[in-house]
Amino acid sequence: MSIVIGHDAYDFSLPGVDGKEHSLADFANAQAFVLVFWCNHCPYVRAYEERTIALAKEFAGQVAFAAINANDAEKYPEDSFEAMKQRAAEMGYPFPYLRDETQSVARAYGAGRTPEFFLFDNERELRYHGRLDDNHEHPELAQHAFLRDAIISLLNGELPHIAQTPPVGCSIKWK
Amino acid sequence: MRVDFLYFPGCPSHEEALERLHDALAQEHIRVEPVVYCIETEEEARQNRFLGSPTIRVNGVDIDPAFSEETSFRLTCRLYLREDGRPSPLPSITMIRNALKARHESEERR
Repeated sequence: MSIVIGHDAYDFSLPGVDGKEHSLADFANAQAFVLVFWCNHCPYVRAYEERTIALAKEFAGQVAFAAINANDAEKYPEDSFEAMKQRAAEMGYPFPYLRDETQSVARAYGAGRTPEFFLFDNERELRYHGRLDDNHEHPELAQHAFLRDAIISLLNGELPHIAQTPPVGCSIKWK
Repeated sequence: MRVDFLYFPGCPSHEEALERLHDALAQEHIRVEPVVYCIETEEEARQNRFLGSPTIRVNGVDIDPAFSEETSFRLTCRLYLREDGRPSPLPSITMIRNALKARHESEERR
């Protein structure tokens, strides 16, 4: 069960592919914060990869993004820390890509899927949880840009009209 | 003709994929009911040469020629590439139809 709307963001301390340790404090200056549970191997992540990068770039300077990979890398070697470094470099991720080796952060947030988006406001209270939009296969046919709309609402000082959608993606590969 | 549809419940693409398979069969006028397998353990994945969810085989041959040499059998969602090069968790209806057509034609030649 994931954390509920209004819940505070849990702090974390996780290694990033940039060689640094990252925590919530790193994103303190952002007006909003998007935390997404992510991985290398999932086709849903691949389908949303370019859209997520574009969104992070569109709101750079206002909204911070961070991606966390908690998958069991023993069973899924494409999700190893080394493979994460390669993927982030290949795609030019404009956000930290973090490794949750113990899976404790994924469990604390109650994440179950990749990708699964959590959007926090400037007080770091959860304001949107779920999927990026409603069409994983054809971005141009998406009717609802849930995450983008929620971000715009927060930046305008309003609560998102839609606060929750069911995340659609691969199950997190638990140890 | 035999059509096998294998899926892993941890991956949400199977319902849409099965629907797409039925549409493809109808469009190719092939009256065959796919045999559906639910793969739930790593052992079942190995035994059934399961490359990820969904996997569709026509007469035992995978619909995606790119996967013919693949031997990584496990519980996972499967990555397909659409005709426009975009990644997708689902095979396109064109890919399914092409595979059905190819097997159907080779059966008729016999």
